[in-house]
Amino acid sequence: MNTENFASFYPLSEGLVTMAYLVSGIFFILSLGGLSKQETARRGNIYGIVGMTIAVLATFLSGKVSNFELLVPLMLGGAIIGAVMARRVEMTSMPELVAILHSFVGLAAVLVGIASFLDPGHALLEGSDKLIHEIEILLGVFIGGVTFTGSVVAFGKLRGSLSGKPILLPFRHFLNLGMVLGSIYLGSEFLHQGHDAALISLLIVAGISFVLGVHLIVAIGGADMPVVVSMLNSYSGWAAAAAGFMLKNDLLIITGALVGSSGAILSYIMCNAMNRSLVNVIFGGFGTGSGGSGGSTEIEGTITETSAHEVAEELKEAKEVMIVPGYGMAVAQAQHVVKEITENLRGKDVNVRFAIHPVAGRLPGHMNVLLAEANVPYDIVFEMDEVNDDLPEVDVLLVIGANDIVNPSAQEEENSPIAGMPVIEAWKAKTVVALKRSMATGYSGVENPLYYKENCRMLFGDAKDSLGQVLSGLN
Amino acid sequence: MIIAVPKETQPSEKRVAIAPENVAAFAKLGYEVVIEKGAGENANLPDSAYENAGARISASTEEVWSVADILLKVTPPSLDEAMKVREGSTLVSFVYPGRNEELLDKLGERKINLLAMDCVPRISRAQSMDALSSMANVAGYRAVVEASHVFGRFFTGQITAAGKVPPAKVLIIGAGVAGLAAIGAARNMGAIVRAFDTRPAVKEEVKSLGAAFLELDFKEDGAGSGGYAKVMSKEFIEAEMKLFAEQAAEVDIIITTAMIPGKKSPILITEEMVKSMKQGSVVVDLAAEGGGNCELTEAGTAKVAHGVTIIGYTDFPSRLPTQSSRLYGNNLVKLVQLLGTADEFSINQEDEVVRGALVLDQGKLSWPPPPVETSVAPAKKPESKPVDIAEEKSKNPLLSGGFLLGLLSVALLALGWNGSSEFLDQITVFVLACFVGYMVVWNVTPSLHTPLMSVTNAISGIILIGGMLFVSGANPWLAGVAIFVATINVAGGFLVTQRMLKMFRK
Repeated sequence: MNTENFASFYPLSEGLVTMAYLVSGIFFILSLGGLSKQETARRGNIYGIVGMTIAVLATFLSGKVSNFELLVPLMLGGAIIGAVMARRVEMTSMPELVAILHSFVGLAAVLVGIASFLDPGHALLEGSDKLIHEIEILLGVFIGGVTFTGSVVAFGKLRGSLSGKPILLPFRHFLNLGMVLGSIYLGSEFLHQGHDAALISLLIVAGISFVLGVHLIVAIGGADMPVVVSMLNSYSGWAAAAAGFMLKNDLLIITGALVGSSGAILSYIMCNAMNRSLVNVIFGGFGTGSGGSGGSTEIEGTITETSAHEVAEELKEAKEVMIVPGYGMAVAQAQHVVKEITENLRGKDVNVRFAIHPVAGRLPGHMNVLLAEANVPYDIVFEMDEVNDDLPEVDVLLVIGANDIVNPSAQEEENSPIAGMPVIEAWKAKTVVALKRSMATGYSGVENPLYYKENCRMLFGDAKDSLGQVLSGLN
Repeated sequence: MIIAVPKETQPSEKRVAIAPENVAAFAKLGYEVVIEKGAGENANLPDSAYENAGARISASTEEVWSVADILLKVTPPSLDEAMKVREGSTLVSFVYPGRNEELLDKLGERKINLLAMDCVPRISRAQSMDALSSMANVAGYRAVVEASHVFGRFFTGQITAAGKVPPAKVLIIGAGVAGLAAIGAARNMGAIVRAFDTRPAVKEEVKSLGAAFLELDFKEDGAGSGGYAKVMSKEFIEAEMKLFAEQAAEVDIIITTAMIPGKKSPILITEEMVKSMKQGSVVVDLAAEGGGNCELTEAGTAKVAHGVTIIGYTDFPSRLPTQSSRLYGNNLVKLVQLLGTADEFSINQEDEVVRGALVLDQGKLSWPPPPVETSVAPAKKPESKPVDIAEEKSKNPLLSGGFLLGLLSVALLALGWNGSSEFLDQITVFVLACFVGYMVVWNVTPSLHTPLMSVTNAISGIILIGGMLFVSGANPWLAGVAIFVATINVAGGFLVTQRMLKMFRK
């Protein structure tokens, strides 16, 4: 193969490779920086692609890589599969895709760790170098393992193939602690065992990390999934950084650290938005705090049902309409109908605005992405804090498949598991129309007193169908 | 001091300068009020009501004119009446000094103070005495009433057992006080209302009353001084006429209110447009007095042309006399309050409002006054302040910055105690990169959380490099699988981010 000949005949000098890695690292930093603002976001992504390309090419030509007949088909195959997945995925399934991609990074980190251990180069190391290297391998494998299975579980929960309810084993904190201590013990054995015995210890550590990943994520409720996805993102970065340490590869360290810290920050920002502590999200399911064990108080009262026709009439009369989308809109794929209703009303000089809760949906910014997909102009899409004060002036507020984020018990009930979480104060609008499939509770499993309020009407059914009828009523 | 109110003498004028409830207000200021017998009759305000309020009724017109220190009227006095004004007294009424020069000469000879209600400056402080506005308000309402009176259909749409009734469509040109009042009245009667104005600043007011605001694809701000619109460029007028022509064919009722002070009203509705209107449609021209906005308007009457009723009355406020008189009377009370109590009556020219309204100063012409600039553009709404909820977050002492930084320093020092220099180099790179990641991501826009996460995910596929370095080693397949899954991640992550970002648009 030509490339092989070329690569083995003209390897780049080590200095050149290092510099190429540095350039690639800079591109990654620019990429993350670009992604933090709307105007520069697309450029940011291009920077990321450029950085990755430089890194891969430099590694290709570094002279340390041969075996191209295996490498090239694998990479081509992976790239094609990745591209097809990215193209095919429905925007509503974005969270699942991101979660499953995380699991790939985790798996790759585990494999790289094991490969690194089995590499003949490892056997040649001695003394403290060997010790450090082995600790790095352990860390890489362990973090990678947690990321791998954790992401798979998150994927399952987001897809709905696993229940969104937290599954809480008794003594789960002790179980977690036990697993971590067990890993540390095995790890310390691993450090002075012979090669074969050490391999077995390493594999057992990997196994424990898999179990730990499952157990950690299974205990987290569906409503916290956005944070979890972001945390896993962070873990996958740390796993890459650990791999960088064991490979003495600065690029991996830089990139892993970038991803790790930015993922952690993102999770932290999101936790703030939900008024929850990061530590609680990582280690605990919902409603497991001291006050919440009893669940919320029973709600008394009746709900008022309405029809699509009535909703259309109310919208026609309204001057100020606000739409609060939630995961239900994503599930029903209703964003396009929502957009058409918006256009229709705006054509009638109704002021339509969208209020987006920071954790609406299953990913932060999930709703923004869906609305963008449906071509809703982003200057009528507002954040919770921007609109909460205007709510008393809103004539009709449509809650489309959202539940916890408009739940008044977050403010009204001290014992509620979601107490203190900032919510969109939907109940302050003159009329609230809540579109829902049934009276089932939201992802958090908490009853929503909003539906029992006097100014709230329920429109049951699939959001897309209901809104379709509303739209034809408007025409 | 005596405030006197004569009966209006102009034919068809049904208003009276003050209503009974105003008598008490004047009395409170120390004035004695004399009303001519039957002054309020046409406005359904009987003498007895004034009498009960404390006014003296005088049967003699002569007496009323001769005892007045302050004479309150609605319309300008006739030339004959002008001779009856007592010398040195003060007369308050509509004057229209621009077109009543002869009257001003006559009144000047009487050495009186003349305050013109139509010259009260249109500034915020003077709103309560702005009789033009209060009368325009009445006119706008009455225009809709007149229109509905001759219009053969309901204004509101109904679905009845006897069939479906479409709502009437009303176009209102000029969203000044009269226009806005007309919008409100027509909306309340259930019509579909559209409004046009050359001043974009009024768009919000129009919308707030529930009408649609028609706009041209043409940018020119028509806001002039004094609350009136200015004269627009030729191109603008052409675009505007095209819009009116389109609308005329569609709407049932057109109400025009475009007056330019002291000038002939612009023709906005041509004969062609009237022809294009449906049979039975109505045009109400509130600018008839200045020549009318419709080519076919005849001032003072209603007529039918091409099947369209064109109403050109010039006395809309007088057609709602009770209401008009009450409002006008209130305006007068406010103005007289400005002149002081009976004991301290004075024409204070320092006062911008008094100065603006003063046409004759003891017989001397003091009109027009120096210009007073006002603006109708509402102050820009302040951006709603972002509420800082970050303050509310639970404070976890373990996560406080200082503590973490200290912990980090200790950990780093411990590492430095005993580690190879190569490892320390790596740690340096690692820690710096962590901080870069933190700094770069900290201010991310919330709507970009998902793309950001997806791009960082793609970037974390850098583990691919690790796989590549081992693919030539002892376990190529182990590394191979790692490469494979990592590549899926890289390609999928970047492409899906690209896809997402493409969808964001303004």
